[in-house]
This record gives sequence, structure tokens and C-alpha cells, in this order.
Amino acid sequence: MLKRNEQYDVVVIGGGNAALCAAMTAARTGARVLILESAPKAYRGGNSRHTRNFRCMHGGPLGPLVESYSEEEYFADLMKVTGGKTDEHLARLAIRSSEECLPWMIEHGVRFQPSLSGTLSLARTNAFFLGGGKSLVNAYYRTAARLGVEVQYEAEVTHLELDGNRVAHIDYRKDGQARRVTPSSVVVASGGFQADTDWLARAWGPAAKNFLIRGTPYNRGLVLADLLEQGVEQVGDPTQCHAVAIDGRAPKFDGGIVTRLDCVPFSIVVNKDAERFYDEGEDVWPKRYAIWGRLVAAQPDQVGYVIIDAKSLNLFMPSVFPPIAANTLEELADKMGLPPAKLRATVEGFNAACGDTSAFHPTELDGVTTQGLTPPKTNWARPISEPPFYGYSLRTGVTFTYLGLKVDEKAQCSIHDTKINNLWAAGETMAGSILGQGYLAGFGMTIGTVFGRIAGKEAAAHAYAT
Amino acid sequence: MHMQPELLQEARRQAEICNACRYCEGYCSVFPALHAERAFADGDLTQLANLCHNCRGCYYACQYTAPHEFALNLPAALAEVRQDSWQAHAWPRGFARLFDRAGLAMMVLLVLGFAGLFALSQMLRPESGHGFYAYMSHGVMVAIFVPAFFLPLCALAVSLRAFWRTVGGGAVTLSALVQALQSAGQMRNLKGGHGDGCNFEAEDRFSHARRHCHQAVLVGFLLCFAATGSATLMHYLFGLEAPYGPLSLPKLLGVPGGILLCCGAAGMVWLKLRADRTLGAVAYWGGEMAFVLLLFLVAASGLVLWAATGTSAVAVLLPLHLGAVLSFFLLTPYSKMAHGFYRMAALLRDALRKDPGMR
Repeated sequence: MLKRNEQYDVVVIGGGNAALCAAMTAARTGARVLILESAPKAYRGGNSRHTRNFRCMHGGPLGPLVESYSEEEYFADLMKVTGGKTDEHLARLAIRSSEECLPWMIEHGVRFQPSLSGTLSLARTNAFFLGGGKSLVNAYYRTAARLGVEVQYEAEVTHLELDGNRVAHIDYRKDGQARRVTPSSVVVASGGFQADTDWLARAWGPAAKNFLIRGTPYNRGLVLADLLEQGVEQVGDPTQCHAVAIDGRAPKFDGGIVTRLDCVPFSIVVNKDAERFYDEGEDVWPKRYAIWGRLVAAQPDQVGYVIIDAKSLNLFMPSVFPPIAANTLEELADKMGLPPAKLRATVEGFNAACGDTSAFHPTELDGVTTQGLTPPKTNWARPISEPPFYGYSLRTGVTFTYLGLKVDEKAQCSIHDTKINNLWAAGETMAGSILGQGYLAGFGMTIGTVFGRIAGKEAAAHAYAT
Repeated sequence: MHMQPELLQEARRQAEICNACRYCEGYCSVFPALHAERAFADGDLTQLANLCHNCRGCYYACQYTAPHEFALNLPAALAEVRQDSWQAHAWPRGFARLFDRAGLAMMVLLVLGFAGLFALSQMLRPESGHGFYAYMSHGVMVAIFVPAFFLPLCALAVSLRAFWRTVGGGAVTLSALVQALQSAGQMRNLKGGHGDGCNFEAEDRFSHARRHCHQAVLVGFLLCFAATGSATLMHYLFGLEAPYGPLSLPKLLGVPGGILLCCGAAGMVWLKLRADRTLGAVAYWGGEMAFVLLLFLVAASGLVLWAATGTSAVAVLLPLHLGAVLSFFLLTPYSKMAHGFYRMAALLRDALRKDPGMR
């Protein structure tokens, strides 16, 4: 039975950063706003729960940010990581707007702190949330409530009925009942589809079944799929996603930040046949962690094994699970399910290729390299020789997907080259409109905040105009 | 020192997850101290537990709380270790079990104290005397309260010495002591890092309510203590005996002190009733509540006693007030009151950790 709800000016689908920014912005103009969040309250906030910073342009010291970070430098950083696959117009809009977002975020309850230990390199470019993304989400829900925004949790949107170039109504399920709302305006901010591993497998092949999902299990792309099926314009390559190599023992979903492993530069990484497959010392880890997700995905069974020895154990941030430890390589191989003789041969081959290690420097490209080894290890190449030996398994951890809704500079969606006059999108679900591949730390929150605010403003204005 | 290994192990499991995340670094002193370690020995965990003020900022900000399979609840895990550490360090050993029955112990001591003091005041009623000395002579009070005050403090001193060894404290520097006192004086660890306060009575909403109530209790208590101290000095040094007039030092200190203590304790009760009990040491909630109520009773009975000066109600009110004070003093090392001493030690230990002279 369909149950008709009261009239809302704006319905926001999703409950993370972009959704909340849209909802608060619309509510501040006086609009009646409803948030439909598919997760229960404890898991509200989508992937924003796992975030921790906001990349922000600034002309001078701003809040927690030191010095300055210009539009040109920001854009250049973005171009480097995306290899040029960037919509310059929208990217510059996001970058330019980020500066006015930071005071707005503080005004709406977000609190920042100096850069966290181990992330000092980001003190100039990224503003860190005190308490992390969930504290940001909590603050926004409190502010939204004060502004009169209504929130329904465990409200799963099943269908947006498109009538020509407008959304006629939204169908959703709550408490086992089918419900319908017919708002004047709709904002979709319900993330990517990465938690739907069947969809991932259709794009990636069966290997994707072995991927771990670093964030919320609630981003299954239901709304995205519903809109794409109806012909709403899409953007992005379904195989493109932000994927990193994380601890293979991490939970299938929601492992977040603590499952990352920073030890690759000080290790050798082998596949399940105990063979190396890539230069572990190619560059400093913050510049390389994002490629290892794909490297591991290309190995048999989509698994890798990091091997270090005693002298490297304290060179990297601790991770959530202790390493597997053994006094001999054979014992370590046994414990990790690797062929022992092959692992010893690989390690001995690597050790023999190591040269003078006196220049070893853990935080700089030290040029301590192997000779005559394929693949080489071009920095931090020290023999794996000092027991106990330690190992971690590595798996591909997907952060978010890039396939999404194509929007314009007003965050508005289109169908058959025509604007849909009451549908806007913000956050991960439209991030593909800006980035085609690659990722820049803290830029997801910038896109969510900037386009969330734009979508909220436009949606409210449309509601008043009708 | 024998602490419960399963409580330590749970705190260790959680601390290791926190150390891999570090999002909470700015909330309080616990996280910088935690992030300075890579592995957590029992003494490290004991120190972190006593440094934790249970502000709960980390709990509500945590993406790994239940129903997540990591099921983090660091405020509760540290509260359990903290409580256990007080019991493990209690001296004499046999009295440690009083912690488990703090509420009952307070009631029993209160009733016994009241009855005993009432009987004493009836049997040994002085020939002469003004105010409450008409019911109990100064000499009798001194004979009871001097040991009741000093013996528990001696027991606590023994405990704190052992605690200092457990947490690896070394020689104390003046600057560290000043830092620790400043931190306690401002309740810096309940400010939340951003200065908006802590999470307690309304889930993730930040407020200064708990910090202000706690400081009302602390300042009120210190004022009452100063009132008693000033009266003692006036009695012995200047031969000025109670009762004292409204503009005398003991009254100028004691009356505002009593009122602050009453208001603070009442506020703490209200906050405690609204807060989520599962973010603390659940089994000890009742004992903690009994302690706050006892503090309230000490202050309120003192104020009422003063108001009743000259009436026959003093015969009952005096033993009630003194009974409450006696119960409070005697249980200081074995009740929530001990937290102040261990907390100061932990703050001092933390200040020493950060003191560049100690590195």
C-alpha cells in the first residue's frame, strides 16, 4: 500500500556530507526538507563517517591551515593525480568555492584541529576534522535538526518516477512499508555503488568478488542504477574506482582507515606464488598507496603478501591487526600459506641484489636500490635478513566508484541533453563529473561540500519558484 | 599489583585500533599519550585509564562503535581498567572489596556514624559550651576526626606510591606539577579540545555542564575544607572558639562552599541520570552515584545545621552531619573519592612525559 506523506519542498536522498550540506542550505532559506537515509542511525553518514579532512584553497592562513594554497597549485595537484582526466570548469569551481566553505563548515558545527601526527605534510592543504568524519556528520545532523530538517533513517529509496524532464515522485521503503513523497525538488547524494559487489563484478569481472569495501555497506547504488536505467545522463568509467591495498584480514565492509598498511616501501611484496611483481620503493607511500589496490587486484586470487624483517617494524604507522611473526622465512611462509622454498628463494634473490644500504632514509627517496633484479626496488632496498620476520596479507580495498550522474555547474542532472528541472546531485554520486580517475586526499569532501551547497540552494530556489 | 588481565586485554585491543586511526587526537590528553606508544604494557594502560576523564568525545566520534564488529567503547574499557587499578592498588589489601559495595558501605558507615555520634552526644554531653559544642565537646570531636581524617590519607599515600611505580613515574619536576594543577583546575580534559565541552548528558551534543558541575563540587569542597582549616587555626592560634559569626572567615568560606558543593553535586546527579551508563564502568554506577549523594548530604546537612543553630534540631542534625563527614573521610581511599588523587597522579605523570627535561 502506498502511503502519501506530507508535502516537502526538498527531499534529499542520502545522509552523508553532501546530503547534509544540501539539506542545511535548503533549510536555511526556509524550505521544508526531508532527508531519506538508507542506513540506520548508528551507521548514518555514508562514507563521510570514514573521512578526516577537507582540501581547501586559501590565500592566507585560514582556520587550521597555514600559509597559502592557490587555485593554480590546487588544480595542478589535481591534474597530477588524475592524469588530466578532469573537468577543468567544474574542478576549478570546486577549488574556488572551497575557501568560503571552511568558515561555513565551522558555522555549521564542524571543528578542526591541527594536522594529525603522521600527516604533517598536509598541514597547508588539508583541514582535519577534530574527531574525524563521524564527528562532522554528528555536528551536521544536530545543526540540520535545529534548522528543522526532518530525517528518516532506514528509508531505502526504490524508485524516482521521471515524467519527461521532471521527477514526479519518490518511492521508498521504511518499516517494511512502501511510501511515496512528491517534493518540489530532489537532491540525490547517495554515493557510489561500490557496496554492490555484483555490480562491481559486472564491471571488473569475477575478481571483484575478492575486493574489500573500505566504507559503508549501504552505498549499493540503488538510486544511481534506477536513474541510469531511465536514461539520466551518466559520466565515468564503471571500472574506475579509488582502490588501495589494505590488510587482507580487514572486514568485508567498513574497515576504514585502520586497515591501511604503510609498510610496503620497507618490504618486498609477493603474490601467492611467492613472486615479486612490482617496485615496492617506487615513490614515497602517500604518492603510491592508491596504485597498489590495482596492482594487487591483478595478482592471482587478488591477494598480496608483504614481508619485512625486524629492523623495519617500527618505521611505519601501526595498523589494526598485528603482523604475522616467525623466526624463519619457512615458518612465516607456512603461517601465511605461501610456498616456503619459493619464498626463501625470492628473498635470497632480493637480498643478493641489495647493495650499499648506508644511505637508507625511511622518509626520503634515498636511492638505496637493487641491482640487476626484475622488477627492481628503487628505494629503501635493504635485505630481509634480521629475524623475526613479519608478514601481512594485502587485498584490494575499494573506497568509492566513479561511475555516476553527470551534472553541470549548478549540480543539475540531465536526460537526453535536456535539464531535469527538479533533480540535482552532489557528492560521490556525481564526483565522476569532475574526476575521471585518480584521487587527491580530501578532495571528495570538497566536492561534497561545494556541490551539496549548490544543489541545496538550487533545489530550494526551484521549490519557491513553483 | 594484580590487575584483571581480561580488562587490560580489552583495553589493549581497543588502544591498538585507536593507535591505527588517530582521528581523536585533539580531544584530550589520552590520545597524544596513546599515540606515543606502539605497544601497550599494563602500566601504560593503567596510566591511560586514569588520564581519561570519561568525556566521551571519542566514543561519539568513533566510526567503529557497535554494531561495527570492532565494537569500540574506549571510555568504558578505560573506566573498567581505571576502577580495577584503584582496587588493585588499595591498601590495606582487604579493604579493596569496599569498592564493590561502595553504596552499601557508605550507608552502613553513615548509619553507624550517626547512631554512634548521637549516642556519644547524649551520654557525654558537655556541662557547658556554645553552639554545637553544647552537644559535643571540642576534645571529643578532635579525638574522632583527626584519626578519621589522617589514617585514610596515609592509606592513600601507600596506594599512590605503588600506583606511581605501576605507571613508571619518576622524579617530579615543579613545572610538571604546575601543568598538572592547571589541567585539573581548568578541567582541560573536559573541554573537548575545541573548547565546546564534553559529551555526556545528551549523546554527541557538546556542553560544559559536566565540567562546570564538577568544578562547583571541587571548589565547593576546597572552600569547605578551607573553612574547617581556618576554624582550626582560629581555635588553636587565637583561642577563638566556634560558633563563628556570619562575617568570620570560616563562615565566609564555608557557606559559599557548602552552597557550591550542594549545587554541583545535585547537577552531577542530574547529569549522571541522563548519561549513557554503558560508557562507564557499569557495575560501579551505583557506588559512584552514592558517592555524589553523600557529598550532597555532607554539604546540605552542614548548611542546615548552621541554619538551625540554637534550636533543638541541632541534637539530631549535628550527628547527622558529622556521621556523613565521617563516612566520607573513612571511605576516601575506597570510593569514587579516590579518583581525584589517582587522576592528579596521572596528570602529573603525563606532564612529565611531555616535559622536555625528562626525555
